[in-house]
Amino acid sequence: MAPQGEPILEVRDLVKHFPLTQGIVLKRQVGAIKAVDGVSFDLHRGETLGVVGESGCGKSTLAKLLMALEKPTSGSVKVNGEMVDVHKGSNLKKFRRNIQMVMQDPYTSLNPRMTVGDIIGEPYEIHTEVAPKGDRRRKVQELLEVVGLNPDHINRYPHQFSGGQRQRIGIARGLALQPEIIVCDEPVSALDVSIQAQVINLLERLQNEFGLAYIFIAHDLSVVRHISDRVAVMYLGKIVEIGKDTEIYDRPSHPYTQALLSAVPVPDPEGRETRERIILQGDPPSPANPPSGCRFRTRCWKAQEICAVEEPLLQIRPGTDHESACHFAEVHDVVHAS
Amino acid sequence: MKNPSVDTHLLPADSGTIGTEPLLAVDNLHVEFGTRAGVVRAVNGVSYALNAGETLAVLGESGSGKSVTAQAIMGILDMPPARIPKGEIRFRGTDLLQLSESQRSQIRGQQIAMIFQDALSALNPVFTVGWQIAEMFRVHKGMSKKASYAKAVELMDRVRIPAAKQRVNDYPHQFSGGMRQRIMIAMSIALDPDLLIADEPTTALDVTVQAQIMELLAELQRESNMGLILITHDLGVVADVADKIAVMYGGRIVENAPVHDIYRNAAHPYTKGLLDSIPRVDMKGQELYAIKGLPPNLLDMPTGCAFHPRCPFRQDNCVTDVPPLHEISGTRSSACHYWREVLDGTAG
Repeated sequence: MAPQGEPILEVRDLVKHFPLTQGIVLKRQVGAIKAVDGVSFDLHRGETLGVVGESGCGKSTLAKLLMALEKPTSGSVKVNGEMVDVHKGSNLKKFRRNIQMVMQDPYTSLNPRMTVGDIIGEPYEIHTEVAPKGDRRRKVQELLEVVGLNPDHINRYPHQFSGGQRQRIGIARGLALQPEIIVCDEPVSALDVSIQAQVINLLERLQNEFGLAYIFIAHDLSVVRHISDRVAVMYLGKIVEIGKDTEIYDRPSHPYTQALLSAVPVPDPEGRETRERIILQGDPPSPANPPSGCRFRTRCWKAQEICAVEEPLLQIRPGTDHESACHFAEVHDVVHAS
Repeated sequence: MKNPSVDTHLLPADSGTIGTEPLLAVDNLHVEFGTRAGVVRAVNGVSYALNAGETLAVLGESGSGKSVTAQAIMGILDMPPARIPKGEIRFRGTDLLQLSESQRSQIRGQQIAMIFQDALSALNPVFTVGWQIAEMFRVHKGMSKKASYAKAVELMDRVRIPAAKQRVNDYPHQFSGGMRQRIMIAMSIALDPDLLIADEPTTALDVTVQAQIMELLAELQRESNMGLILITHDLGVVADVADKIAVMYGGRIVENAPVHDIYRNAAHPYTKGLLDSIPRVDMKGQELYAIKGLPPNLLDMPTGCAFHPRCPFRQDNCVTDVPPLHEISGTRSSACHYWREVLDGTAG
């Protein structure tokens, strides 16, 4: 789906620092976890933006910021050209109708003491204008049917469903208010392999049917490639590379993206002895104290002096066709190289 | 790597090379659990074999019985509720199930070792990692405290934990996930086992760290010619490291094959479905193939072939007859009545 017209979601320089404090009575701030540190991107109607990165890179904090579940330290989020003011309740309520979330773990994100009907219908209690009271049960049953569940199961409890079915319930809840944007935070990683494909197909069908835009956060790179139109790669709170799916997967230019792609096991044993593998040394540094300059330089094989001094900006660089935050960006196809 | 003077093999050291007896042979193993809701048959006649230096990947979804089989080999099932009504687990020709508990604990750790999925919950949070690694030497080898600590530092170096000397007195929570898994690996290879069972060793880790750990395991295996059983649900990891694969479904092995054969052409509809549901580049924008339905409920297993309610090629006799594990070639077998048709692509 080609991006067209005005972006539906504009994120500019979004920053979230969690303060680290010391002392019990007199708290003083001794530092900050820089979970998200200057993230900007656009999302268009009907488009899917995949966000990939390792644990601790800030992708889940980004999801919470987009949902206004966390207040950003600085930066802005605009939906349909309108600024989201997290300090104003009425503004937030309107905004939240338009952006909904599907959580990772379908076992803990559904209240075990509520029936499926109550769970999916709860958004209508808050946004009463979407469905009048008498109409809600019918609407919930419609939603159950849309996500491929039996509408007669409206009075069942979450424990009576399997993991894949529960994730469908979570998706139905996300659809209830007819939002334009859905943030999916690792929606299939808790599911069995044979069930993952079912849920991904459902998400794609719903996107075509309702023209939804997705922010699809995941660590499974092959799933992200399948569903995304564009992909952003995050490392320690920053986007290091962003572009169309083909640009990121076939022509990655940031060393981290290349290492990440080469580390993904390929489900085909042919040529496994000769496949190029970039094994990074060590673990990602702590987001409380990121390295100066380029944050990836401590694990990068290309690092030079300039990398410690000057932070590389996310921009289109000579020889690449998409934005990359590396001083020495260079297209190198790691996946197809042998 | 092996130092025969300190090796206290309970079994004759070279019985594994006599005749064609493999390092480990699981034969028609059954494991069931008595629960309040009824008897759960978690493993229903599993057989596989492994030679020294080989990597066997056991592939399956949650509830397929892959971990229970491993725990039975390791001898760490809680009995009761677990029962092993039938089967043999032969290690170097000796049936482990016939041994006494004290004999088994001699084998456990020294000859068969295991790595668990979640290193944080497998390590004891109130003891330092050095203490926990050194425990292997104190308990099994009767070493002194000082000598065992020196050994622990040596092992931490071997699994490439930086600054091992300084970190030996740190607690598990002070390490990252990848480093914790390295500590688990250090403990498991401490006594140079002949067989290492890794139960989802990288599932909780990031891909770049996963690549580090898999490389470390492969290297350790090359050095000491261990047999490795890798339990996983990740088709990518399997393709990367395995020599042969056993695919499990509903407590049974549905397909047994060398790794190249299975990815080229599956001989069981379940394996075929799993491989087809991997997102591929040329499938972009199309619907993914999905195996319909749900994994079976172990309390209420389907009759006949356990996969029949989800199988696209089902025939009438699949509902009534349990398919035996048909031999396709010397190294390959499939538990499908119609494996020929599945292989040829003419099934259904």
